[in-house]
Amino acid sequence: MIKVRIPAQLRTLTGGAGEVTIDGSSVGEVLEGLDAAHPGFGERIFDDEGGLRRFVNVFLDEEDVRFLDGLATPVTSGQTLSIVPAVAGG
Amino acid sequence: MDFVSGLRCRECGRTYPAEALHVCDFCFGPLEVTYDYERVAATISRERIAAGPRTIWRYADLLPVSDPSPVDLGAGFTPLVRAERLAAELGLGELWIKDDTANPTGSFKDRVVSVALTKARQLGFKIAACASTGNLANSVAAHAARAGMDSVVLIPHDLERAKVTMTSVYGGRVFAVRGSYDDVNRLCAELTSEQPEWAFVNVNVRTYYAEGSKTLAFEVAEQLGWRAPDHVVVPIGSGSQLTKVAKGFHELFQVGLLDEEPSVRVSGAQAEGCSPVATAFAEGTDVIRPVKPDTIAKSLAIGNPADGWYALDTIRRSGGACAAVTDDEVLDGIRLLARTEGIFAETAGGVTIATLAKLAAQGVIRPDERVVAMVTGHGLKTVEALTDVVGPTATIAPTLDSFAEAMAADTASIQRSPQ
Repeated sequence: MIKVRIPAQLRTLTGGAGEVTIDGSSVGEVLEGLDAAHPGFGERIFDDEGGLRRFVNVFLDEEDVRFLDGLATPVTSGQTLSIVPAVAGG
Repeated sequence: MDFVSGLRCRECGRTYPAEALHVCDFCFGPLEVTYDYERVAATISRERIAAGPRTIWRYADLLPVSDPSPVDLGAGFTPLVRAERLAAELGLGELWIKDDTANPTGSFKDRVVSVALTKARQLGFKIAACASTGNLANSVAAHAARAGMDSVVLIPHDLERAKVTMTSVYGGRVFAVRGSYDDVNRLCAELTSEQPEWAFVNVNVRTYYAEGSKTLAFEVAEQLGWRAPDHVVVPIGSGSQLTKVAKGFHELFQVGLLDEEPSVRVSGAQAEGCSPVATAFAEGTDVIRPVKPDTIAKSLAIGNPADGWYALDTIRRSGGACAAVTDDEVLDGIRLLARTEGIFAETAGGVTIATLAKLAAQGVIRPDERVVAMVTGHGLKTVEALTDVVGPTATIAPTLDSFAEAMAADTASIQRSPQ
């Protein structure tokens, strides 16, 4: 199981929970699983082509998945996936 | 009273009330402050501005918060210096340096922080926080102290010593994070969800904070006698300042303070060791690929710039360019500005001057243009960068003989390698 951390902006979709656990073997599978368990995530985090929206950052443990294999990055039980709005900093 | 009409998502256009919101709940796009420009135009005038304080608050009608006693250390209204000697070296004509090293904590960040904390206090926040590459840390800690607010500042662990001291001295909490600025930024973005009662100036108050950078454009236009320049060179960290400078010139026209619609070419400056925007510009793509920064220009070392795409779009639409310079060129830029104009800039200023030189040499910035380069931080913040680069001419004994000997040796060495 993968721990997924949910930002405040999306917690209405999880009944207020800041963290949920989802099964899956890749980042993409976990995010699709998240949408299945809590409908509404998909349209918020994916763009029309099925990629991550420009202003959505996803981190596997501390690493931006864009530096890994993107949505195809394999995940193993015990890892944490964080969804974080990109609009910060500078 | 302010003239804010609300917040609007720059991506999908959804609108929100002017509260402590920074991203669109739907698409995560950044929110932008919108104003009732007709009402601003009916109120604002050159005379009203001239009668205001010699700070950013003289432009309060175009800022997202109005307060008779803002959180203020005197940010803004910094010198706009005609740079004839630098222009001559670079083969340029009318060149100006916006010397933002003269701000209270030595960088342009005082502009954005004064706006952000004034708004944060109005929204009821008691604690000021930020993720910072150093300049913002200095400014948040200082302004929070001034306002009697607690502060929590998070910085990368390997910042320049002066920036760490200049943050810690004000008595707030400072956390040095083992990681890059992008790691600190991610941590703060996550902390914002857990500590909603903290005003992270560049996260949950970012929408308001970013508006403070427009004052750079307002001042430049006013100091040029209410004329816009033809070309501005702006350093890119997150990309926010560059987009807001462009917005600032446009707003002045919109509210009737400029007679002609400005057509300002906006060029961006980055260090090669962290140049995601310059790379996208050179490759002609729309995609800003995040990088792992490695440059002495730490205040610009943001590998995943939040406003990178908007900065790129602004540059392209304006007919400007974006270039990247090496760390050696950055050091040359710092010394060139110091030697020709007597202004000591931090490494980010070196990036700006080196990029100015590069784009001038390429003919992108032209001698027939009125050019303004934004020098946004003071050199004392990054003195480490110049260790072993500059120093005393000689170390001598306190005798006339010793002085004469050293003077002769130096004169001979200059004759051997004329500058």
